[in-house]
Amino acid sequence: MTSLDTAASLGPSKTAKAPVPRRIPDRGGSRLKSVLASWEFLLLLLFIAIFTANSFASPYFLDVWNLSDATFNFTEKAIVALALAFVILSGEIDISVAGIIALASTAMGAVALAGQPAPVVALAGLGVGLACGAFNGFLVTVLQLPSIVATIGTMSLFRGLAYGFLGDGAYTEYPDGFDTFGQGYVWEWLSFEFTAFLVLAILAGVVLHGTTVGRKVRAVGFNPEAARFSGIRVARLKFWLFVATGLAAGLASVMLTSRLGSTRPSIAGGWELEIVTMVVLGGVSINGGVGSIPGVVLAAFVMGLVTFGLGLLNVPGIIMSIVTGAMLIAVIALPALVKRVSAVRAKGARR
Amino acid sequence: MSEIRSLLKAREVLLLLAGAVLLALIASRAPNFVTGANLGNVFTDTSILIILAIGQGAVILTRSIDLSVAANLALSGMAAAMIDATYPDLPVIVPILAACGLGLVLGAINGTLVRALGLPSIVVTLGTLTIYRGLAFVLSGGAWVNSFQMSPDFLALPRTVVFGLPLLAWTAILVIVLAILGFRYTAAGRALFAVGGNPVAAVYAGIDPGRAMFRAFCLSGLLAGLCGYLWVSRFAVAYVDLAAGFELDVIAACVIGGVSIAGGIGSVPGIVLGALFLGLIKNALPVVGISPFWQMTISGAVIIAAVTLNARAEKSRGRVILKRIDAPTTGAPA
Repeated sequence: MTSLDTAASLGPSKTAKAPVPRRIPDRGGSRLKSVLASWEFLLLLLFIAIFTANSFASPYFLDVWNLSDATFNFTEKAIVALALAFVILSGEIDISVAGIIALASTAMGAVALAGQPAPVVALAGLGVGLACGAFNGFLVTVLQLPSIVATIGTMSLFRGLAYGFLGDGAYTEYPDGFDTFGQGYVWEWLSFEFTAFLVLAILAGVVLHGTTVGRKVRAVGFNPEAARFSGIRVARLKFWLFVATGLAAGLASVMLTSRLGSTRPSIAGGWELEIVTMVVLGGVSINGGVGSIPGVVLAAFVMGLVTFGLGLLNVPGIIMSIVTGAMLIAVIALPALVKRVSAVRAKGARR
Repeated sequence: MSEIRSLLKAREVLLLLAGAVLLALIASRAPNFVTGANLGNVFTDTSILIILAIGQGAVILTRSIDLSVAANLALSGMAAAMIDATYPDLPVIVPILAACGLGLVLGAINGTLVRALGLPSIVVTLGTLTIYRGLAFVLSGGAWVNSFQMSPDFLALPRTVVFGLPLLAWTAILVIVLAILGFRYTAAGRALFAVGGNPVAAVYAGIDPGRAMFRAFCLSGLLAGLCGYLWVSRFAVAYVDLAAGFELDVIAACVIGGVSIAGGIGSVPGIVLGALFLGLIKNALPVVGISPFWQMTISGAVIIAAVTLNARAEKSRGRVILKRIDAPTTGAPA
C-alpha cells in the first residue's frame, strides 16, 4: 500500500510537468462543466446587480423610455454576436464583422444616392453582408486558411473598400421610410431593433439547443476530425456559419445606418472587439464546442447596461472600454482560477 | 534543379522578387521614388513597423498572438512623453528607459496571464488592448503632449543622422541584427521554434513551452515600449489614439513575411521584408497618384494573398517530406 501511495504522490507532480502543451486547445472541459453550467446564472446575478446599482446611481435610469433607449446601444452588436457565437462554437473566429458593417453601409449609401427606395437600400446592405460572409467562408473552407488571419485580412479589405470608395466623404441622404429599421417602434416603447434582436435570439437559441444543426456545430467545435468521421460536412457547415455571420452583420449595418442616418468609412470602428467580448463573456469557449445562446444574450444585456449606466454617470467612453477589457479577462480567468484552486485543493486532500 | 525551385519557393526570395517588381512598377510612373536617398527614407519610415513585427514574430512563432502591441506602444509612448514634458532637464535616456521598462511590464502581464492561467492569448491581448489604451487615457486625462512641451533632446535623438541614416533606422538595424543572431544562435531563440513547431516534443527535449511563450511576450512588450518612445519622438506628439489599429499592420507584416500563424515557421529576414513590403506600398501609393484611402484595401488583399501562399507552402512542405522518405525505400532492394 505504501508503495502505491508514494507512486500516487509522485504521480501528480510528474503529470504536472508532463507534456500538456498549453496552446493545444483543451477540449476536455468536463471538470469545468459544473462551473460553465452555472455561468448563465452568474451572468444573471451580475445583470441584476448592475441593474440595481444603476437604478440607485441615477434617478433617470428606471424609466421605460430610458430603458428602451438603453437597448439601442447594444442590439446591433448583439445581433452580430448571436451569429458569431455559432462561428466561435465551431472553433473558428470572424474578426471582419465591423468591416462588413462598414462596407454594407457604404453600399447602402451608394444605392440610396442612386435614388432607390428604402427596401432596395436595405436589401443592398443585407446582400453585401451575405457576399462578405460568403467570401470569408470561401477563404476558410475552400482555401483552408486559418480564420483568424483570413478575417484580419478581410477586415482590412472590407473597411479598406469603404475608405477607398468614400475617402473622407460621407453619405447622408437616405430615402423616406429607411429610418424605420433603426429608429422605428413596433409597439409603444418596444423598438424595431430590440424586437428583431429578441426574435433572432429565440431563433438562434432554438437552432443551437434544439436542432441537429446546433449539435453539429458543437461537435465540429469539440473535434472537427471526429465530426468529419461521424459524417458531418464540416467545411460546408462552417461555410454557412460564416455566411450567416455576414448576413447578421449586414442586418446590423442596416439598423446602424438607419439609426445614424449617415455613413462614414469609420462607422462601427472597433466593434469587432466588443462583439467578440460579448460572445466570450457569454460563456462561449474561444476554443469552440462550449457555449449557449442564453449566455450570449445575458452578456449582451450586461455589457449594454454597464456601458449605458456608466454613460448616465458621465464616465468617458474609454473608461468603459477598460471595464469591458477587464471583464473579458476576468471572465475567462475565473474558470481557469477555479480549476487551479480546485486542483491545489485536491492535491492537499490527498496529502 | 530542385534546389533552384526550393530557393524560388523561399518566402524571402519571393518577397524580394515581389518588391523588385513593385519597385519597377513605381519607377515607371515616378522614377524619383527609386533613388538611394528615398529608399533610405522608406526604410526609416518603416523602422517602427519592423521592430514591432520582430517582437510579434517571436510571439506568433510560439503559437500565440499579441494584439496589444499598439496599445502598449501608446501607453509607453505617452508615459515617456509625459515624463519628458514634466521633467525636461532629465537626460533623454530616462524617458526611453521608462518607456522600455513599462512596455516590458505590460508584455510580462500578457505573458503571465497566458502562461500561468493558460488563457488563450487572443482573448487576453484583446482585453489588455482595451485596458492599456484606456490607461493611456487615465494617465494623460485625454490631453495631448505636443512638440513644444517636449525637450529638444527628446525630439532630436531618433533624427540624428549617423553615416547617412537617422538613428531611428540604425535602431531598427540593430534590432534586426540582434534578432537574427538571437533567434538563430541562442537557446531561448531556438526554443521559440521548438515550442511552436511541436510543443509536446519541446517538453520532451526539456524546453518549457510556457517560459518560451512568456519570454516572447516580454520581448514583444519591450520592443513595443521602445517603439512608444520612437513613435512619440518621431511624430512629435503623444495622444491616446496613437497608433490605433497598428497591431494589424504588425501582424500583417509577419504573415506577409512568411510567419505561420500556427507557429514554428518563420524567419527574421522574412519578417523584415514583409514589413518593408507594406512600407513600400504605403509610401508609394501617394507617389503614383493612388488615393491613400486605398491603402487599407491593398494591405487587406496582400494579407489574404500572403496567408494563401503560406497555407500552400506548409502543405507542399508535408509532401516533400513524404517524397524523401519514399525515395530511398523505392531505391533500396525490397
